[in-house]
Amino acid sequence: MTKQHVTTSINGDEIEFLCETEQTLLDILRDELQFIGTKEGCGSGDCGACSVIVDGRLVCACLMLGVEAQGKKIETIEGIATKEELHPLQQKFIDHAALQCGFCTPGFLVASKALLEKNPNPTETEVRYWLAGNLCRCTGYDKIVRAVLDAAQEMRGASA
Amino acid sequence: MSITEQESAEMKVVGTRISRPDGVDKVTGRARYGADLMLPGMLQGATLRSPHAHAKLISIDTSRAEALPGVKAVVTRDDFKDQPSEIVAAGELPVNYRDVVRNMMAREKVLYDGHPVAAVAATSMSVAKKALKLIQVEYEVLPHVINVVDAMKPGAPILDENLRTQGDESAPDTPTNISKRVQTGFGDVDAGFAAADIIVEREYDTEPVHQGYIEPQACVASYTEDGHAEIWVSTQGHFLIRSFTARLCGLDVSKLKVTPSEIGGGFGGKNNVYGEPIALALSRKAHRPVKMVMSRNEVFRATGPTSGANMKVKVGCTRDGKITAADAVLNYQAGAFPGSPVMQASMTAFACYALENVRVVGFDVVSNRPKVAAYRAPGAQVVAFGVESVMDEMAKKLNMDPVEFRLKNAAKEGVKASFGPTLGPVGLVECLEEIKSHPNYSVPLGPNQGRGVASGFWFNIGGETCVNMNLSEDGTVALMVGTPDIGGSRASMSMMAAEALGIDPKSVTVSVGDTNALGFNFLTAGSRTTFASGKATVEAAQKMILELRSRAAKIWDISVDAVVWEEGEARPASSNAGDFEPLTLAELAKKAPKTGGPIAGHAETNVQGAGPSYASQVADVEVDPETGQVKILRFTVAQDAGKAIHPSYVEGQYQGATAQGIGWALNEAYIYDENGRLENPNFLDYRVPVASDLPMIDSIIVEVPNPNHPYGVRGIGETSIIPVTAAIANAIESATGKRLLKLPMSPPEVLEAIEGNA
Repeated sequence: MTKQHVTTSINGDEIEFLCETEQTLLDILRDELQFIGTKEGCGSGDCGACSVIVDGRLVCACLMLGVEAQGKKIETIEGIATKEELHPLQQKFIDHAALQCGFCTPGFLVASKALLEKNPNPTETEVRYWLAGNLCRCTGYDKIVRAVLDAAQEMRGASA
Repeated sequence: MSITEQESAEMKVVGTRISRPDGVDKVTGRARYGADLMLPGMLQGATLRSPHAHAKLISIDTSRAEALPGVKAVVTRDDFKDQPSEIVAAGELPVNYRDVVRNMMAREKVLYDGHPVAAVAATSMSVAKKALKLIQVEYEVLPHVINVVDAMKPGAPILDENLRTQGDESAPDTPTNISKRVQTGFGDVDAGFAAADIIVEREYDTEPVHQGYIEPQACVASYTEDGHAEIWVSTQGHFLIRSFTARLCGLDVSKLKVTPSEIGGGFGGKNNVYGEPIALALSRKAHRPVKMVMSRNEVFRATGPTSGANMKVKVGCTRDGKITAADAVLNYQAGAFPGSPVMQASMTAFACYALENVRVVGFDVVSNRPKVAAYRAPGAQVVAFGVESVMDEMAKKLNMDPVEFRLKNAAKEGVKASFGPTLGPVGLVECLEEIKSHPNYSVPLGPNQGRGVASGFWFNIGGETCVNMNLSEDGTVALMVGTPDIGGSRASMSMMAAEALGIDPKSVTVSVGDTNALGFNFLTAGSRTTFASGKATVEAAQKMILELRSRAAKIWDISVDAVVWEEGEARPASSNAGDFEPLTLAELAKKAPKTGGPIAGHAETNVQGAGPSYASQVADVEVDPETGQVKILRFTVAQDAGKAIHPSYVEGQYQGATAQGIGWALNEAYIYDENGRLENPNFLDYRVPVASDLPMIDSIIVEVPNPNHPYGVRGIGETSIIPVTAAIANAIESATGKRLLKLPMSPPEVLEAIEGNA
C-alpha cells in the first residue's frame, strides 16, 4: 500500500503524518498521533464522540478522511484548555456534574465550544438542538445543558 | 452502626457537592478508556461473525487468512477447550460455563446473527479485515425463531436439543426452548379474585433494548511465554473478567492480571466476557499484545440487549380500592442461551404493593437472538410496564387518583413483600407523597396532553468487597477500591473516607485497583458500589483510626482507650488521660516509622444489608394527533437514596435512568428481518434519546436511611428506570384515551391507536 503524506495543524502545532487513503481522520488522531481524547463510539457519524473543529466547523472525525486534513486547522479536546486553566466549559462540566462515565464528554465539550463561538447567548432549546448530534447515555442531558448555559453566561460576562 | 438524625446533622462532607477527583482527566481527554492503551508491538484483533440466525457450523478453513502477510494469529472454536455445565453468578444474572464458551465462540452451531465464528490478529486493522474475508465457513442454515411466543410453541425450531424445562414437573422430556419455569408468591390468588369487585387483566409485549453505552467493548490482552498474562479492559467487573478468561483460556487465576480502564458506560452490559478470552488466545498464538475493539455494529448484534417479553397481568380490587389479588405470567427472552432476568422480574413485579394473595409464574425462553445481559434493574423494568399500566387502569375504574390508589396499597415497613421477606424501613410512601405535592402534579394540561404516574422497586445488593487504605508519609490518604468507577464513585468514596477520618476529601486519592492489588471484588452492578465499597471504606477507615489512636497512645505513653479520634486528630479522651497537644494525621504519619511502621486500614468482607430502593414518577406528555409522536413535556422523579453521599451524582443517576426509560418507551427496539438478521445495528436506526428529545428531569432525593450502612446509603443506580415506560403509557392514555399494550410506543403505533376503533 502507498501512504500519503499529509501536513496539517492540530491545536496550533504543525503536524505531519503518513496516512493510508482509507484511514479516517479519527483513525489518524487516535492510532497514529495518540490524540486519544477524541473517542470512537460508532464510526458512522451518529454519536458525536469524535467531534473536532476543522477550520471553524464542527465535524465528526470518523466521517472525514485523514488525507482531507491536508492544510486544515484542526482543534481537538486536547487543545481546549490553556496551559494555565481549564476552558470555562470544562470547569462548568465539572461544577455541574455534567459527566458520569465521561466517554462522550470530549465530544460534548468540542461541540459546545463550537456552539458558543457561533452563538454566545443560546437558549436552552438552541443548546439542545445543537447538541442533538452528540449522544450521552448516562446523564439524560439535564446537567450538560445547564453546564453549557452557565458557561455561556460566564463567558459573556468575561468578554463584556 | 446506624445513622441517627444527630449524626446526620453533624456530617461535614457527606451530602456536599465536591468536584469529582477524576473530573479534570475526563474534561481534558486524558482519561484512558478500553481502546486508549497502545503497547509496543501491539496487533489489531478482529472477529468474523455469523451472518445467519441459526446454522450448523460444518467447517471453518482459515488457511488463506493465515497465509496473508501481516496476519499473526487466527483462532476458532478449536482453540478453546469445551466447558462442562456449571452455573456461576455473574453480576445480576447466573451464567453457565458451557454456554459462556459457546457464546464467546460458536462451536456446533451459530445461534444468532453476529455470533463469533473466528478471529484474527494482524499488524493493522485493514489487514485484519482483509483476513476475515479469506476465512471460509461452511454453514448448514437451519430454521430460526426470533419471537418469544413463537419459540414456546410446539414445533418451533429448537436451539439446543439437550434443553429441558427446569422447575416444571409437568414438562415433557422432549427438546424445548423453555429453559426454566419459576414461581413466586403466597396466599390464595383464586380466593383473592373471588373477593374482588373489579378485575383488570391485560396482555403486554415489549421488545429487547440495548444498554447503549457509548464506549464499545474494548480490551488489550498480552500473554507471555512463561504462562502469565495481562488484560486491560473496559468492564464493570475485572475480577469476573479474570475468572472467566482464566477458565476459558486454561490459566491459573493468579497468573492473569486484569486492569480496569476507565469505563465508558455499562448499565449491566459490561458484566460479561466477550472479546477478552479471544484476544488472549490470539496473543498466546502471536506472542504479541492484541487489541480487540468492537464496532458499534458488533455491539448491537452480539452484546447484551435485555429481554423482550410477553406477559399477562391480572389484578383484582374491592370497590373501595383495596387490592385483593395480583397474578402474572411472564415469558422472557433469554437470547441464544438460558439466563434471562425472569426471576428478578417475578420477585419485583408486585413489590410496590402490600398484598395478601400474589402469584407470578415466569418462563425463561431461548431464541435466535444475542444472549441477553443485565440492564439497569434487570427484569424489573420490563414487568413494570404491564403491572403499572394495569394499576393505572384500575385506579381509573375506581375513579381514584392514581397516587392515592398507590398510597392506599403501598408496601411499607412491616409489610410482607410480594417476594417473601418482611420489609424494613423503605421510602415508597415518601416518594408517592413527594410526587403528589410536587408542582408537576398540578400543572394544568392543554389539549392532547396527558399525565401518568408509576412506581418501581429494586433490591440493591452488597457482595464481596475488598479495599485498602494507606496513610502516606505526609498525612494524605491513598484509598484503593476494586469496583470500577462508572459514574463518580471515586468522589463518593473519597467523601466517605474523609467523613470517617475527619479530614478534607481532597486529602484522599481514590484509585481502582487491579486484580493483583486487592482480594476478589464483585462487579460494579446492582447499585452496590457506593453502598458496598463505601461500607468497606468506612470499615477500613475505622481500622486505621484504631491504629492511629494506638500510635498516639504509644507516643504519649497512655492507654489506647484514653485516646479519641476527633476532627482528624488524636486527642486525650479527657483531662484525666493527661495534658497532651493533639496529634494530627500528618504528625502521626511523619512519626510512623518510629512508632511501628506503615499505617493502613483495610477491609475484606461480603457486605450484607443492602437497602431496597423505591421510586415514583410523574410524566407529562403531548401527543401529536397528526403523526402519533409523543413529546415529553415534564418529568419528575422521586427515589429513595437512603442517604445521598454526593447529591449531584444521585440526581444524575435518576436523570440518566429516566432518559433510558424514555428511549425504551418511545423509540428503542431490536428489529429483525425475515432471515433473522438485525436490521438496525447502528445509532441512526436504533435511536436513543438525544438532547432535543428531552426536557429537564426534575429529581427529588428522598432519604429514608438504610440502617445497615454507616451513612444510610441504599444504592441509587437502577430504580428510576423501572417506572418510566408505564408512566409514559399512562400519560398517553390520559392524553388520548387509548391504552398502548406494546413497546415501543413509536409514532406509527400511537397513530394506529388514535385512529383505530379500539
